[in-house]
Amino acid sequence: MRGWMGKFRSFFLFGALTILLSGCGVDNLSALKPKGYGSDLLFDLMMISIAIMLFVFVIVMAIYTFVLIRYRQKKGQEDFIPKQTEGNKALEVIWTVIPIILLLVLAVPTVQATFDLADESTKGDDGVTTIEVTGNQYWWHFSYPDDEISTSQDLYIPTGERVYLDMKSSDVIHSFWVPSIAGKMDTNPGDNDNTMYLEAYDEGVYWGHCAELCGESHSLMDFRVIAVSPDEYDQWKEDMQNVDPEADAETADAQEGQALYEDNCMSCHAIGDGAAGQGPNLTNFANRTKIAGILEPTKENLESWIVNPEEVKPGNQMPANLVSEDEASQIAEYLMELDHSDIGSNASDEEVEEE
Amino acid sequence: MSTAMSQNRGLGAAIWDYLTTVDHKKIAHLYLVSGGLFFLIGGLEAMLIRIQLMQPDNNFISAGLYNEMITMHGTTMIFLAAMPLIFALMNAVVPLQIGARDVAFPFLNSLGFWLFLFGGIMLNVSWFTGGAPDAGWTNYAPLSTVSPGHGVDYYVMGLQISGAGTLIGGINFLVTIVNMRAPGMTYMRMPLFTWASFVTSTLILFAFPALTVGLFLMMFDRMFGSVFFDTAAGGNAIIWEHLFWIFGHPEVYILILPLFGAFSDIFSTFSKKRLFGYSAMVFATVLIGFLGFMVWAHHMFTVGMGPIANSIFAVATMAIAVPTGIKIFNWMFTMWGGNIRMTSAMLWSIAFIPSFTIGGMTGVMLAAAAADYQYHDTYFVVGHFHYVIVGGVVFGLFAALHYWWPKMFGKVLNEKLGKLAFWPFFIGFHLTFFIQHFLGLMGMPRRYWVFLEGQGLEAGNMISTIGAFLMALGTIIFIINVVYTAVKTEKVSGDPWDGRTLEWSIPSPPPHYNFVQTPLVRGLDPLWVEKSEGKKGMTPAEPLGDIHMPNASILPFMMSLGLFIAGFGFIYQVDDKGWLALVFIGMGITLGSMLTRSLKDDLGHHIHKADLEKDIEKGAGQ
Repeated sequence: MRGWMGKFRSFFLFGALTILLSGCGVDNLSALKPKGYGSDLLFDLMMISIAIMLFVFVIVMAIYTFVLIRYRQKKGQEDFIPKQTEGNKALEVIWTVIPIILLLVLAVPTVQATFDLADESTKGDDGVTTIEVTGNQYWWHFSYPDDEISTSQDLYIPTGERVYLDMKSSDVIHSFWVPSIAGKMDTNPGDNDNTMYLEAYDEGVYWGHCAELCGESHSLMDFRVIAVSPDEYDQWKEDMQNVDPEADAETADAQEGQALYEDNCMSCHAIGDGAAGQGPNLTNFANRTKIAGILEPTKENLESWIVNPEEVKPGNQMPANLVSEDEASQIAEYLMELDHSDIGSNASDEEVEEE
Repeated sequence: MSTAMSQNRGLGAAIWDYLTTVDHKKIAHLYLVSGGLFFLIGGLEAMLIRIQLMQPDNNFISAGLYNEMITMHGTTMIFLAAMPLIFALMNAVVPLQIGARDVAFPFLNSLGFWLFLFGGIMLNVSWFTGGAPDAGWTNYAPLSTVSPGHGVDYYVMGLQISGAGTLIGGINFLVTIVNMRAPGMTYMRMPLFTWASFVTSTLILFAFPALTVGLFLMMFDRMFGSVFFDTAAGGNAIIWEHLFWIFGHPEVYILILPLFGAFSDIFSTFSKKRLFGYSAMVFATVLIGFLGFMVWAHHMFTVGMGPIANSIFAVATMAIAVPTGIKIFNWMFTMWGGNIRMTSAMLWSIAFIPSFTIGGMTGVMLAAAAADYQYHDTYFVVGHFHYVIVGGVVFGLFAALHYWWPKMFGKVLNEKLGKLAFWPFFIGFHLTFFIQHFLGLMGMPRRYWVFLEGQGLEAGNMISTIGAFLMALGTIIFIINVVYTAVKTEKVSGDPWDGRTLEWSIPSPPPHYNFVQTPLVRGLDPLWVEKSEGKKGMTPAEPLGDIHMPNASILPFMMSLGLFIAGFGFIYQVDDKGWLALVFIGMGITLGSMLTRSLKDDLGHHIHKADLEKDIEKGAGQ
C-alpha cells in the first residue's frame, strides 16, 4: 500500500491536502503529523477518502449553486408553472454508478489497511517484543513478560521495529490511543483481549490518551510512549532488570520516606517486576515524564498529589490524607530518588524544549 | 368535541381535553410542546458543556457533573427531543396526507405519547434525586453497571418506559399507512413524508426491541443481581455494545428518514415541481432503512472484532452512501428548472443540502474501518454526528415546522423572524462543529471534561463555544417567532403554500374529523392533479354521511402514570425492599386500567350528517 501511495502523493491535490492538513496540531500528538507506521498508513487512507469526498462535494456544490441562482423566483414570475418533470433515467443511472465506483476505489485500500494493521505474523518470533497493556481507572500498566519488567504510565519501545501490545482492562473499558504513532484499540475487561502493534519511526516522547469514557477522570488518563533507539532500549531493559526494590534510600529524609512508603503505599504500589497492583508500578519513578499522567514532575506536585489525589484526578482510588504533608514530602523525596534508568530522559527534555 | 367547543370552556376543561384526547392532531401538539421543552433542556446542557470546554483546564463544572451533562445531553436530544418532535410531525401530517380521519389505533396513539412523556420526566427527575446517569448516552457496560448511585437506574427505567411508547407509536403508524389510505392512494402515490414515516415505523418495530432487551439485561444486572455484563462472573460486557448499536444505528435512520421525507415535500412544493425521480426516492428510502440494520458494528471498529468483521461492516456502511447520494441529486434536480420560492421552510431545506453532504462525507470517511482507528471516540466523530443530526434532523425539524405550522395552528410563522432565526443558527452550527473534525484529528478524544494546555486545542474549542452561543441565539429567536405568531398573526386559508398533497385540501387547522368526505385520489400529488384540471378541491369518494369517531379516554394517561410510579419502586427497592410497595401500587394502576379498557365497551361516537352540513357552511369542506 505504501508503495503506490507514494506515487499518489505527487498529484497536486494530494500534495496540497497533505501540506494543508499536516499544519494542524502539535507534534507527537496530532494524528495529522504521523510519526509511526500505523498513523502514516492511516494518514494516507484519510487523504484518499478526503480527496474522493472533496471531488464529490465540489460537483454537488456546483450543481447546487447553479440551481439556486438560475431557478430562484424572479419578480413577475410568481405564477409561472414549471414543467412537471418525472425524472431522467440516464442521469439517475449516472449518479448511482459513479458513487459506487468511487466507493470501490476507497474500499480496496480500506480493506488492505484493516488487514495490514491486524497482522500478527511476527508475533512471538525471536527478538520481537510483546508488551502487556492493562487499562485501569485511571492509569496504564505495562509489563514485559519476556524480560520480566513492569512499569506504569511511560511505555518504552525501541524505534524502527514492530512492538506488539496485548491489551486488556482490569475494570471498565478503556481505549489506548497514541495518535501520532498508531490508531486506537479498546482494552476490554474479561476475555476479550486485543492485540495491536506500534512502530515508531523516530526517537521521541509521544502523547497517549484514553479514548473510551471510563469515569470521572477519563480526560486525565494520559500516558506517554517513549521511543528510544534499539541500543538504548537494550540498555533500558538491562537497567530495569537490575532494579533492587529494597535498595536503601540515600538521604535521611528519603530513608524516612522509604519507611513511610513501606507502611502506607506498598499494599497497592510496587517497585520492580510484578503483577499489576491496585496502583501504578513506581519503578524508575524519578524519570517519569509526568506525575499521574498530567502534572509536571516536580516535588511540590508530587506532594500535593499524594496528600490530595482527589483534587488532581477525581474518582481515582488513592485514598486522600493517608499521610500528613510532612510525611508526603519525605515519601516524595524517596520516590524522586527512584532513578533506575536515565534512558529516554533526554528525549523528554527535548519535548519540553519544543513546547 | 371540536376545537371551537373546547375553547369556550375553562382552562381546566382544556387541560382535561388534552389529558384524554385521542385526536392525532392534539397528540401532535402534545408531542410538539413536550419535545420542544426537552429540546431546550438538552440545549441548555449543551451550553454548559461548551462553557466548560471554552478554555483549557477549566473548572466551571466538576468532572462528575460533566459526565452527567454529556450523558443527559445525548439521551435527551435523541430520545426526548428528536423522537417526539418527529412523532409530532407524523401525527400532524401522515393521516392528512393519506386522507384518513385518524390513525388506526387512536387509543394507542395517546398511550404512546404518555409513556414517552412519563419516561422522559422520570429520566430528568434523576437530577434532583442524587445525580443523573453518567455513563454516556451509549451507557457502555461495565462502566454503567458499576456506576454508583441511582443515575443509571433512571436511565434504564426512563428509556424502557419511553421506548415502549415509541414502539407503540411506530406500530400504530405502520398499521395506519397500510390500512387507512383513501381510495386511489396507492403506495406509489404516497407523498415522500408518508413513505419515510412508513419506513421509519418499520425500523422502530425492528430496532427498539433490541434496546428493550438490552435495558432489561441492564436492569437485572443493576437491580436484581444478575451478571450478564459482569466479566468476573462469566458475563460479557461487549454484548451490551452490540445490543445498543443494533438498536442505535437504525435509530439514526429513524431520526433522519422522516425529515428526508419532509424535505422532499418542501423542495417539491416551493419549486412548484413534482419530485424528481419519485420511484428512485422511494427505493432509496427503503434501501437506506434496510442497510441501516446491516452496519451497526461500524460503531465498534476498535472493540477488537478482527479484520474480517471490520472489513465487512466497512463496505456495508459505504454502500449506504449510494442511496443517500441519489436523494441529494434528486432534490437538486427537483429544484432544477423549477420556480424556487425562498420561504423560511425552503431556506432551512436549502441549508440542509451542503450541511448534510459534509456529514455524509465524513460518514464515508468514518466507514473506512482502519482510518476509524484514528477517528473513533474523538471530536471528529462528535463533529460528524452533529453534522448529520443537527444539519439533517434539526434543520429538517425547523423546515418542517415552518412548512406545516399553518396546517397545525392555522397561522403562518413570521417569515422575517424565521429568516432572522435561521442565520445565527446556521452560522453558529458550522462554527461549532466544523472545527471539531480537526480538534479530533489533532488528538482530542470525545467526552473529555478538560483538555490540557499546550496541545494546540485552545483556539478550536473557543471557536466552537462561540458557535454554540450563536445557535442558542437562533433558537431563542425561533421561540420569539412562535409566541409572536400566536399573538399577532392573522389566520390563513387551508392552503397557504399552493400545496400539492392532501393535507392542503382541508381547512387549517383541520376539523376534528379531518375530511368531511373521504377524498378520491387520482395520482401523485393529488391536490395538484385537481388544481391542474382547474378544480378547487378534491373530488369526494363517498356521499356525505355520519362519521364514526373514537371517544376520548383518560386510561392511557393512567396506564403510563402507573408504570411511572412502579419505575421508582424498581429503582429504590435495591436500597430498601419497602419500596416494592410502589411497584405493586403502580402496576396495580396500570393493570387495573388495562382491565377497565378490556371489559368496558367503548364504541366511539358518531358525528351526524346534519352537523357536518352546518360545518360545511362554515367552510369545513372547502
